[in-house]
Amino acid sequence: MKYVDEFRDGEKARALAEQIRKEADPARRYHLMEFCGGHTHAIFRYGIPGLLPENVRLIHGPGCPVCVLPIGRLDMAIALARRPEVILCTYGDMLRVPGSGRESLMKVRAEGTDVRMLYSPADALKIAQQNPDKEVVFFAIGFETTTPPTALVIDQAAKLGLKNFSVFCNHVLTPAAMHAILNTPEADSGALELDGFIGPAHVSTVIGSAPYEPFPQQYKRPVVIAGFEPLDVLQAILMLIRQLNDGRCEVENEFIRAVSREGNLKAQAAVSRVLELRASFEWRGLGAIPESALQIRSEYAEFDAEKRFGVEQLHGRENKACECPSILRGVKNPRDCVLFGDPCTPDNPLGSCMVSSEGACAAYYSYGRFSEGRIPAEELRA
Amino acid sequence: MSRLNIAKGRVEMVHGSGGRAMAELIEQLFAQAFDNEWLAQGNDQAQFTLPPGRVVMATDSHVVSPLFFPGGDIGALSVHGTINDVAMSGAKPCYLSAGFILEEGFPLADLKRIVDSMAAASKEAGVPIVTGDTKVVERGKGDGVFISTTGIGVVPEGLQLSGDQAKPGDAILLSGSIGDHGVTILSLRESLGFEADIRSDSQALHSLVAAMVECVPEIRCMRDPTRGGLANTLNEMAQQSGVGMQLMESRIPVREPVRAACEFLGLDPLYVANEGKLIAICPQERAEELLAAMRAHPQGQDAAIIGNVVEDSYHFVQMETVFGGSRMVDWLNGEQLPRIC
Repeated sequence: MKYVDEFRDGEKARALAEQIRKEADPARRYHLMEFCGGHTHAIFRYGIPGLLPENVRLIHGPGCPVCVLPIGRLDMAIALARRPEVILCTYGDMLRVPGSGRESLMKVRAEGTDVRMLYSPADALKIAQQNPDKEVVFFAIGFETTTPPTALVIDQAAKLGLKNFSVFCNHVLTPAAMHAILNTPEADSGALELDGFIGPAHVSTVIGSAPYEPFPQQYKRPVVIAGFEPLDVLQAILMLIRQLNDGRCEVENEFIRAVSREGNLKAQAAVSRVLELRASFEWRGLGAIPESALQIRSEYAEFDAEKRFGVEQLHGRENKACECPSILRGVKNPRDCVLFGDPCTPDNPLGSCMVSSEGACAAYYSYGRFSEGRIPAEELRA
Repeated sequence: MSRLNIAKGRVEMVHGSGGRAMAELIEQLFAQAFDNEWLAQGNDQAQFTLPPGRVVMATDSHVVSPLFFPGGDIGALSVHGTINDVAMSGAKPCYLSAGFILEEGFPLADLKRIVDSMAAASKEAGVPIVTGDTKVVERGKGDGVFISTTGIGVVPEGLQLSGDQAKPGDAILLSGSIGDHGVTILSLRESLGFEADIRSDSQALHSLVAAMVECVPEIRCMRDPTRGGLANTLNEMAQQSGVGMQLMESRIPVREPVRAACEFLGLDPLYVANEGKLIAICPQERAEELLAAMRAHPQGQDAAIIGNVVEDSYHFVQMETVFGGSRMVDWLNGEQLPRIC
């Protein structure tokens, strides 16, 4: 496959891994956070941890949209789905995420509510046109990558004069979450070991590299924006190690084939026409973060499901033993959670990080659990 | 008896009521297409004698949507699927039965197309459909047509294939490229409109199996990786045999358009369904011979040795990635859902 295989070349990978081993200073440790779940997935799918020296550690960040959505927002979506007039549409990953009392959209669909899985929000518009006597709600989640399509369908719905379409908007912002990670109690107390960030690939194609510039300046943490292919990830790790060794601290862009400093201006304009900053938004694991999410502008209020249905703000009940919040803050590893593997598995997820293949727990469970401290097979298959 | 209006007619409740209308449907549609001596006897059952040997029986229900797809349809699939389940024991499939659940309002023209396709598949495979049943459910209670088939076959002397026979050191062989069927269905179902040449691999594999067991009767086990794909089937076999498996990703054949579609949808071809491929496990010293026999057959031209059976009390399936790293190939988790970004 052209433009893909080049970035999965085993020989180049071995050469890069060798270079990393050569340049990583054995006298120090490197704690690098890949912010984005797309990277987490690639890291495990291609077996990257096995290629790294022991003193280079990858920490899995909160960049997995379904992982950071607080249970309360999911409970609100479930409440919307239960309204008899509503067809609730969303992305596939969202269907299995457990809400309060382990309810999920999949489970309420089995009860007879109309919940549909989409590949594109444009399909929600089609469903609205095909079902004029129903209220079609698009449950929108995601970082900056999935935001422009949501903005475009709202705009299009307005142009078409659709009266039965609305969006339950849960779009969140990457830089705000990165700030939050560096401002947690653990970060303040020094318990967070984090020397640099591997910056997101697709998010950065939209927002550009400029929004990461405060991190080296304010927090003295270098950022290397990287593509999602495994060679991209290895290259970014090498670039971070070099910055740290040289005592440099800057934003570097490994993903120059797709990311510019200013990003995709057209997409940014489409988003700001329809959406605006929310004063504050609750994140799973990170708590309420000011100006970390988007809401629908008042000019488009009729397409805002929260206003249209007067949805009550809910605060869900977390499973107390679940370590998703600490894992999302980068201070714990999935294996530190007592629920990991038993009873929490991808087939029976108790926490959001075990649902999406981009979640740290699911990636650990599916790809990595043989490598470190094996779990007895009978426990895993129970 | 009046003529069915196949071009414009639809399935009605009366076609399942046991009366004259049902007799017309069976006579003019099913019996005519399947046409064999057992159906011609007009009994409620088929009577036959089997050649000597151990008898195997398998059953499979088919609910695929859409009903027609590039490379096949629900009819051919229902014949191939059951023949393959029988054949994976090393058996020669002999007879099939077919049960139909039709939804009121289903176009007779579509039903004829499906039945003709089944007849063609059964004729090509040399495995007749000797008995059957038809029921009609009210509109809204079915999805057009569901087909359930059962097959009977006989295992030749000296063969003892079973999923619990894999032993550390054995070789794992795959008969061809993976993911074709599942990606075909998914791209149609979601109206993704790929223009690439993607078609189902639906086919009956018993002649390939016959060639394989003739060459290497010591094959330990065979299985067709349908739902859950290669990954799930290998995990089943590893669990059943109490062994682990080590695969080489670079040796697993995946056709270019299928890889591209999986990449686009965020799917892993290892977990995508196949309907015309098989996995065989055999003693290492016979692996090259078996591979040559598979490659000499038109259905096994792209066959490959994809890995080894290893000792592992955890029964894990592991894989060396194209990238040189190592990872687990786990059981399928839930449904393969597309990723968000």
